[in-house]
Amino acid sequence: MQREKGPRVEVMTGNDACAEGALAAGLSFFAGYPITPSSEIAEILSYRLPQVGGKFIQMEDEIGAMGAVIGASLAGAKAMTATSGPGFSLKQENIGFAAMAEVPCVVVDVQRGGPSTGLPTLPSQMDVMQARWGTHGDHEIIALCPYSVRETFDLTVRAFNLAERYRTPVILLMDEIVAHVNEKVILPEPDEIEVYERKLPNCPPEEFLPYKFTEDDIPPMASYGTGYRFHVTGLCHDETGFPTNDPVQIDRLIRRLNRKISRHRDDIVQVAEEQLEDAEIGVVAYGATARAARQAVRLARQEGIPAGLLRPLVLWPFPDKEMRALAERVSAIIVAELNMGQVAHEVEWAVCGKVPVHRVNRVDGEPIPPELILHAIREVAR
Amino acid sequence: MIDYTKYLRMSKLPLIWCAGCGNGIVLKSILRAIDKIGWSKDQVCMVSGIGCSSRTPGYVDFNTLHTTHGRAIAFATGVKMAKPELHVIVVTGDGDATAIGGNHYIHAARRNIDLTVVIFNNNIYGMTGGQVSPTTPVGMKASTAPYGSLEPSFNISGLAQAAGASFVARGTVYHVFQLDKLIERALLKRGFSVVEVLTPCPTAYGRRNRLGTGVDMIRWQKEHTISVQEAAKLPPEQLNDKIVTGVLTDVDRPEYMEAYQALIDNLRRK
Repeated sequence: MQREKGPRVEVMTGNDACAEGALAAGLSFFAGYPITPSSEIAEILSYRLPQVGGKFIQMEDEIGAMGAVIGASLAGAKAMTATSGPGFSLKQENIGFAAMAEVPCVVVDVQRGGPSTGLPTLPSQMDVMQARWGTHGDHEIIALCPYSVRETFDLTVRAFNLAERYRTPVILLMDEIVAHVNEKVILPEPDEIEVYERKLPNCPPEEFLPYKFTEDDIPPMASYGTGYRFHVTGLCHDETGFPTNDPVQIDRLIRRLNRKISRHRDDIVQVAEEQLEDAEIGVVAYGATARAARQAVRLARQEGIPAGLLRPLVLWPFPDKEMRALAERVSAIIVAELNMGQVAHEVEWAVCGKVPVHRVNRVDGEPIPPELILHAIREVAR
Repeated sequence: MIDYTKYLRMSKLPLIWCAGCGNGIVLKSILRAIDKIGWSKDQVCMVSGIGCSSRTPGYVDFNTLHTTHGRAIAFATGVKMAKPELHVIVVTGDGDATAIGGNHYIHAARRNIDLTVVIFNNNIYGMTGGQVSPTTPVGMKASTAPYGSLEPSFNISGLAQAAGASFVARGTVYHVFQLDKLIERALLKRGFSVVEVLTPCPTAYGRRNRLGTGVDMIRWQKEHTISVQEAAKLPPEQLNDKIVTGVLTDVDRPEYMEAYQALIDNLRRK
């Protein structure tokens, strides 16, 4: 696309920004199945991908879309799918396959209310725990949570980088408000965008071990058709990739899958702070709810209440250290979210009774307005 | 005579398949077809789902992928789209392909994407212990059909034909020379190709239904099949207890990845 030099100023939605961010990160394959409120991501990429030589396919169902994404990634593509709550549930078995087989890919979940088909067109943040524990088995996962259109662009790029860096599926947890809000954004120049490529093997093919134990717990990865012939399975496997029932090998594998993310949590976890320096009340909010929380904190400050905001950009691995540090500084924490308290529960676990954790929850399909959070701040300040 | 050791991961042998199982015959037939065509091992990607047949990729020295139950064709679609130069072969069973994977099967045929699917049809879920499958004939017993199956069975080949596959063939492990040719033609066909292979499961199916040994079951194939050419000469009432083998469909339809590449080329010329 030819354009004049200068900052790229556009008005776009979060779904637009997600699609553009994915392309900026090197997306070359998208498979999906339409579901509100994520469908625009597929629509945009069906138009944009063939223009840049990439491939788009609308699969027959969500499960097939997730399978195709994994197949494409193994053949060397940067691959993504996008969905919403019910579709995210359908994808879970194959997300587990990607975790087990260490296949980099990005799964966008534009959350909607549930359970079941729930609220297709209304905002929710009810999939936080589905992102963490939706699959069977025990593995770590990475989930990012943007609160603005520009941040959706940035976190989509980051999702690809983390997926490639850690050979793992990465979840981009959006919500309907961020997905559909129109905002003015200034996009970075292509040369300002850091793009990470997966670590390739540098050994001869006959010595290649697709699941080799390395210093950083992340095995180099070859692509199909490049002379490195290897086997991939969702079964427990040894370093060669072939199935094993040996307890020692199984234990080594499962612990490494967890460790390769948990030991790098400081590199992955990201939070934003606002007016926390002298705060006595800490508000925790993420995604669209953080927009209301910012306003609530500002309004509270105008009333002389020292409130501040901690906004996780990464929900998994959970920013537990950051929450503990927050509890050292404030006398109370308020967690606002569009669910019954999925993150509040994690905050309580992290701060371990050090300070009281208050909840602001809304599950009626409406966003949390700043006043609701402000009201909670006033109550706590009293 | 081909050197099978060239294609096999010898360290993964012996096979897990039971004595009398036909899966090894299908595996060797696939290897002979690839050898005859002359593809290098790096050019081939073999994808499977879950089940006895789906253990095949573990034994062969290609780019191999053992996926989740029923999803082999979906994974293979992604591999093919990302790297169209790979020859992608799906090996799957009757339950994997047409029960849990039925949706992917018919839509890949409709799309006419250039994959070859070899379906090991043994009329049963072997690996999980002999439960009823979509191809278990009416009246035959299974561990979840102790009084005999009530459900009419799928015609696997007919399903692919109706959904738009370019090439559909049915073979048996008894007619092994024919099977080599059917698989070779399927591999060379541009578009979605299917080879349904009847293969005996003496352990989970034959024993419960008192069909004898693997040899007896293969002999049954000889007596109950008829070639598509022979069948054409007979009136329909004489075909009631016969299974038709051979090439059932061979047509040229636009192939999906060629159409997609043409779209890309067209957009980039503008």
